[in-house]
This record gives sequence, structure tokens and C-alpha cells, in this order.
Amino acid sequence: MSRKETIVYPYIPNSAPDVKKEMMAAVGIQEIDELYIDIPENLRYRKRLNVPEPLLSEYDLEAHVEEMLGKNKTCKEFLNFLGAGSYQHHVPAVCDTIIGRGEFLTAYAGGPHEDLGKGQVIFEYQSLITQLVGMANTGFPVYDAAQSGSTSIRMAARITGRSEILVPASISPRQLGHMKNYCRHSEVKKIDRVRYDPATGLMDLDDLKAKLSEETAAVFIENPSYLGVIESQAGEIGDLAHAKGAFLIASVNAISLGILQSPGDYGADIACGNTQPLGVHMSAGGGATGFVAVGENTDHVNELPGMLVTICDLAGEEEGFGFHHFALPERLSYMAREHAREYTGTNTALFGIANTVYLALMGPRGMRDIGETILQKAHYAKKVLSEIPGVKVLFAAPHFNEFVLNFDDTGKTVADINKALLDRKIFGGKDLTRDFPELGRSALYCVTEIHRKKDMDRLASALKEVIA
Amino acid sequence: MSTEVKLRKYHGHVWDEPLIDELSTPGHRGLLPPEAEPEIKDAVGSAEAILPKEIVRKTPADLPEISQPQVVRHFTRLSQMTLGCDVANDLGSGTCTMKHNPKIHERLCGLPQMADVHPWQDESTLQGTLEMVYGCRDYIKEISGMDEVSFHPCSGGQAVFAAACLMRAYHEANGTGHKDQVITTIFSHPVDAACPATVGYEVITIMPGKDGYPDFEAFEAALSDRTAGIFMTNPEDIGLYNPKIKEIVDLTHSKGGICFTDQANANGILGIARAGDAGFDMCHFNLHKTFSSPHGCVGPGCGALAVKEHLARFLPTPVVTYDGKAYHLDYDRPDSLGVIRDFYGNLPVVLRAYAWIRTLGPDGLKAVAETSVLNYNYLEKLLMEIPGVSISYGLGKLGEGRIRLDQARFSWEKMKEETGIPTEAVAMRMTDFGLVNYWESHHPHVIPDPFTPEPAETYSKEDCEYFAAVMRQIATEAYETPEIFENAPYSGSVPQVDLSPLEEYEKTILSCKEYRRRKKK
Repeated sequence: MSRKETIVYPYIPNSAPDVKKEMMAAVGIQEIDELYIDIPENLRYRKRLNVPEPLLSEYDLEAHVEEMLGKNKTCKEFLNFLGAGSYQHHVPAVCDTIIGRGEFLTAYAGGPHEDLGKGQVIFEYQSLITQLVGMANTGFPVYDAAQSGSTSIRMAARITGRSEILVPASISPRQLGHMKNYCRHSEVKKIDRVRYDPATGLMDLDDLKAKLSEETAAVFIENPSYLGVIESQAGEIGDLAHAKGAFLIASVNAISLGILQSPGDYGADIACGNTQPLGVHMSAGGGATGFVAVGENTDHVNELPGMLVTICDLAGEEEGFGFHHFALPERLSYMAREHAREYTGTNTALFGIANTVYLALMGPRGMRDIGETILQKAHYAKKVLSEIPGVKVLFAAPHFNEFVLNFDDTGKTVADINKALLDRKIFGGKDLTRDFPELGRSALYCVTEIHRKKDMDRLASALKEVIA
Repeated sequence: MSTEVKLRKYHGHVWDEPLIDELSTPGHRGLLPPEAEPEIKDAVGSAEAILPKEIVRKTPADLPEISQPQVVRHFTRLSQMTLGCDVANDLGSGTCTMKHNPKIHERLCGLPQMADVHPWQDESTLQGTLEMVYGCRDYIKEISGMDEVSFHPCSGGQAVFAAACLMRAYHEANGTGHKDQVITTIFSHPVDAACPATVGYEVITIMPGKDGYPDFEAFEAALSDRTAGIFMTNPEDIGLYNPKIKEIVDLTHSKGGICFTDQANANGILGIARAGDAGFDMCHFNLHKTFSSPHGCVGPGCGALAVKEHLARFLPTPVVTYDGKAYHLDYDRPDSLGVIRDFYGNLPVVLRAYAWIRTLGPDGLKAVAETSVLNYNYLEKLLMEIPGVSISYGLGKLGEGRIRLDQARFSWEKMKEETGIPTEAVAMRMTDFGLVNYWESHHPHVIPDPFTPEPAETYSKEDCEYFAAVMRQIATEAYETPEIFENAPYSGSVPQVDLSPLEEYEKTILSCKEYRRRKKK
């Protein structure tokens, strides 16, 4: 390429030839290679990397990426009824505006004096999330709901000194898969599944009683469950667990908590779950983010494996406050290396900022209103869909945003139905056939505040056509 | 080599902004969510009609009630009191690889084709995303010299964790599951010790020898039939590429161990040396560092995990595949370790890395490495002229060796002995000159009073000179007016903070509510 020697890369100021020459002279070298003297020749890569030639102009890059991503179909063009862990909600413009600010977007390891705002916004995240979930303490966000669940059960095992965890048989397959991998060779030696009532979808309390023992570290529930059901027996499950000296851990969808009881209300010892619905785009799952919260007990706080922001007084007699993001540092692998609780790394702080802005915008009324809207719309959808001949609604217990439809009587597979819906620009519900064979040909449908009556009516008439 | 640099009279934004709970005015609203249409309400009724009353929340969440302009102002002010690399020179944050985060990437990540797609959509409707992931996989394969790549891990730590799981899966599948020890080095990132421990391995840490490289004899002595593998950073945090790396890898292999290298410090070797060529079985890159994705106040990130063929079957599912016509999400991989992450990665972070690689091409990537190494060595010259500064394990010599690449660990030990001013005080004072305070070192502080600058390729010559000039100014103050450090910094967004809660646990306060409760007492 003839331009090779003359390219000045916009992101690399010192690629300008004169500057480079001046710096090389100052360092005392003729060739950059002189600086790589310690890399043995047999380990030097002497070829040219086989990656595409550069798209040097920003316009060319933009056009290329737009063309590539243009092959996607989006949830804006298609009508989407998928949930199962990633949820399509309205993302307030203010959330995007705030997390798009360069100061937040590009900050990292700055200290308390120049990054006061970073400390304060994460402290406020901790404050608002704990209010929402009814717990006393939380820290920086964690990667996703799956990680939050796995960390919670390991915390429970460490605190109780016990090694067995009970989870509902209706648990999210990804959550269970994550737990199994994360807990192998850990304090958690056994993860056992408690049956659910096939009529209601609720946890089978007789099976729970039979399985609870002195070895049980915690009973883990999802609320709402992966299959959509609100676990109305959460308080009772907590009582049964506590009677055996075990913890109740509740993994929740944060957007449900304006209308549904919080984990704190029903006595959970650890709350965890999904906060992506609070102002974060789905981004094909890239928007996933979660939290882990505990009560006032400092021993429990001490088992949180992530960074915690503490408010601090000012030195001397000054009035006011500052923050530091490294509270109780001995817990963390940054300090304790292999002796840490678990490992700690970069998390999802920017999404935590979006959550904070979301909760600040919504306030108590907004959270209640959106909870009620979702509840009403999801129940309306369930009603109109259940009236379609051949379509059954599984589980009688109340649900929030998701519910299971069964298509056994239609003679069609979920895959066939979803394909036909796709032709009608609709993303049908998540196919459960493989993960929950006991449910037959079933799919998990999700409805949120973004669905209008006409959208659900359109789904109903499309389904009628498809299964006719 | 002295350069006249005018020091800035920086002053941070000081908004004296209250905590968010103080902004609440009963009745204010920041956003009105959509309501269900009247026909829907008529059909299903209110929440109380739908739900049994015992599961309805009785007491509303105690969230503040704030109107939209107040919300916008509050968080904008907080952002102004934060120094991201869009506004400040943060080349002091070594090991973090702070660099320019191209703005076009944000526009691309905001496209509905990226932001508003659902992970469970039919793969035929995700062809653009999957093509991007598959392409980026090809580029990372080439840059690392590995055979397969997973973008599931959403941080460097999670990539190291996944690598530890892969190593365990490999040994269990090969009848060597009894191996229970992992060797790391003290100048490797702490997660290289913590992650193998998190999956149950005993960790042996090799300390440096006199030359700063991991003590080779200690490494040989630690190696045994119990060695499951090594987890080490190369170049290490002190900036030296280990010339014996191939011997270390070969010796580990001879004992049946797996070799993982943490490429947190890869910025200086892109297109120059590849982990795969040194014999490593696995490595990872932090896409939010080396590959330009912004750090976001500590995430979201992505740790791209690259592995050789013999480990590929254990990677987390789904794996993106291509059959010559279309891209697929392959969940049907019986040997997979399973789930590391909900869904399949922080795809906007992968998109930024993809866009960055496409912008630079093969020569641009090499220019990144070469410029970052030139920047560092230029900065080293400037720093070594400052009284009280020394470099850990001594300077290298051109033509002979021990030349640092993209970063190094320096020490203020001498200055502290002579003035009593420690590295923490220098870090605090930096704020007054508009710099983000530097990264001292990971723990433990093997080097006394350390600091670790890393002038990645996107810093200009003037940025390097400015950083050095501030270090010189602060050293002068330490020797001449040490009392200035007592109350520094003076022009940050907040006066000096009392950091005793970090030592005294009873002072730790994690929420507004608890803060109010304690203040009342």
C-alpha cells in the first residue's frame, strides 16, 4: 500500500512523522525495533497481521457497520414477545443522555477528589436499589442476574458454613447452568431442585420440607419464577428455611418491585437479580446487569465480593462529604489475591448509573404505575390469547410480565409457530420445549408497558391464523 | 532533555451537590410511564383486582420524587465532577490502558440494530450481529495466534475465571483431574491468583528475582505433577517482556500443565508478538482497555478469551459458527463448561473492538503497539530526570536489554526517605494540576511507594511532557514546601476526604438512609 508510510492515524497523535522522529531521537533510537530487544527473535511476529485493510475514514467505517448490522431485524420493526431474562422496556431518553456523557462513559480508576461524581452516583445507586428491594446494603452492580444468583448462594454457604442449596425445578436454565459451573469445587457441594406444582407453577412446599435439612445453606427462589409465576409463598418458604437455620435468597426482576412485595418484605436474607429493565437497552443481551443486596448484619456485608462505595467525612473541620469506592478492601481480590471471597474485576457500573437515573425519574409513583401497567397488559394478553382454540395457559398462580402458553392441542411445534409468526414480523415467545420437556409444546411469552392493545390483538389474530 | 511546560491552573467543578434523597419534593414526577388503554383496564381491572392482596407491595419504595429537569441537572453535575479520559489526561493509570474511546463507536452502539435486539431472537434476524462477532473472532484469533475465541466473559476477571474453568474441564476430560495447583507471579494481576482459587485450586505465587523477572529457580521448584497450569501476565505490570517465557511454557507443558497468559498489558505487543506463538494454550484481551471500549466508571467490559484447538470444545455456549451461507448460535456442545454469562456477551463492547480493528487495519494495530512503547520510553527519559524518582529493578540499556514496553513501575522511595512524602500524597496532589491520580500498584506493594504510568498510543508527546512536568513540580514541592501536602488537593471537586472508613469498618456507610441515621445520632 503506497499510503502506508504517510498514514497519520487520527487516534494516534505521535504517528505524525516529524513528532515520531523527534521522540525517537530523544529516546536515542533509529528504529522502533530497538525497543523490542527483549522479545526473543523466535517469538517475534514478523508477518503482517492478516486482518482487513483499514477503513481509514470515519464515514467508510460507519457505512460498513451500518450495512452489516442492517442485516438484523430489530424489536422496533418487529413486534417482540420474548423475555426470559432480557426485557424490552422503554428506555428513558434521560438515561441514555446521562450514561452517554463522556465524563461517566470514559472514567475508570480516578480517586475520590477528582472523581467525586463517580463515587456519589454509585453511592446513590446503592441507596436507591436497597430502597427498591427492601434490603439495607448493596455495592457496585454485578455482571448479570446469573452471576448475582451464583454469588448469592456461595455467600450463603460461607456465612452458614453449610454446603447445600435448594432451587426451584422451574429455575432459569441459564441460571442453573451458571450456578453449576460457578460453584464446582466451592463451598457449595450440592444444588438440589425442589418440585413445582404443575397446576400452579408454585414451589411444592411438601417437597421443600422433605429436602430441607441441617445441611441446607439456602433456599433460592426466583420471583417471579422463570416460568412467570409470582411466588406468593415466599414468606412461608422463608419461614421454613429459617426454621432449619437456612437462608432465603430471592432473585427478582427489579421492575416488578413497585407493585410486588420486595424481598425485604418477605424476609429474604439475600436479594439478587436483574436490573437491566431499569433503563438499559437489551443489546442482544449485552445490557445484562444485576445486583446482590444483604441486610444490616456486617458479617453478611463482609461476604459481598464486589466493590462497595462508602460515604466519608471530609478531613479536618470541613463540612460536607466525599466518597471512596474501596470500602472493606480486605474482602477483595485486589488486596487478598487468592484469599479473597471470590474474584473481583470490572463490573457493569455504567448500567448501574442508568438504573439510578431510572429510579430517580420514576420515583415511588412511577415504579408503582409501571408495575401496574405491565401487570394489566400481560393479563390482557393472556386473556385474549387463551381464547384462541388450541391455546392453553399453563399455571393458575398470578404472574407478572410473563406467562406460559401451551400449544399441544394445535398439533404444531413451537418452532413452527414461531417461524410463521416471524413471517408476520412477530417474535413469538421463548420456546421451552427443550428446557422443560414436561411442559410439552410450550412457550414463554413476555408483555411489558411497551405493548399496546393493538399489538396484543395483532398477536392474537396472527396466532389464530398460524394455528388454524 | 528539559521541556518548558506551562502547568495548568486547574479547578474541578464544585457543585456542592446534595445527596439525591434531599432533592425529593412530594408529588414531583420525572417520567410518566404508559398506561394501559381503558379497554384493557375494563377487561382485567386494577392491580388489586388481579393479584391477591398479600403479594402487592404495601409500602411504596422510599425513592425520591424529583422532576425531570432536576434529575438531569443532578446527574449532569455529578458527571461534571468526574474526570473521564474525554476530559482529563489519565496516562498515570497504568495497567488500565486508558486510551481515547472513539465517538463514532457510541453512535454505532446506539443504532437500533445493536441496542434494540433481543438475545433470543431467531438467529436469522441476528445475522448482522453474528457476522460482527464472527469477524471480531477472526481478528482476535490472528492477533493472539490462537484457534478459537469467546466473547462471553464481560470483564478481564471473568475471562481469567473462564480460563480457570476451561483448564479444570480439560484436566477432568484427560484423566489429570488430580492436579490441584496453579502457579502465578506477584506482578501478574490479582485475578490471576483469585480466579484459579475461586474454582478450587491452590495457588503458588512466584516472587521476582533481582532482575524483576519471576524467579526462574523458584518457578522450577514450584512445578510438579500437581501443577494444573500457570496463570501469568506477560509483559508483567513492571513492563518487562519475559525473555524466558517460552522456557516457562515448555517446562509447564512437560509436566502436563496448561498455560494461560493474561494480556492486560498487551498494548505494546499487538502485531509484534503473539501468545500463541510462545506456546500458550490460552490468553485474554480486555476489549475495554486495549481495544478502545470505554471503561464506563468500571464497566461494562469484555474479556475476549482466545484458546488453542484442544481447549475449544470446552468454551461456554453458545458459540457463533458460520456454514458458508449463514451464521448460527451453536448450543449443542456436549463438552462445554456451560454458562459463564447470561446470553452471549457484552456485544456493544465487542462492536467497539470490531470497529477499532477495522479502522486501524494491520499497520495501524502495529502502530498502536510501537507508539505506545515509544511514548513510554520517551516518558521514562523525562521521569528519570526528576529528583527522588527511581525505576523498579533498574534501567534497561539500549542494545543490551531490559527495555520496558508500554509501562513500568516507578518508585518515590528515595523522595519519601528524604522528605517523608509518600506516593499516596503525590497522587492526591496531582488533582490540583488537572490530572487523574495515578495508579500506584496492585497489592501487595512489592516496590515501595510505587506508581505505574502507561502512556498508551492516544496520548500526545505534550501529554507525556505535561505528566512529567507535574511529577517534577510535585517532587520540588516535596523537597521545598512539604507542608503543601497536608491539605492537598486544593482544587478538586471536594476538599481532602477523610479516608479512615477504609481502615475502620464501623465507619463504612453504604446508603443515604444509613448516613441520615448516623447523622441523627
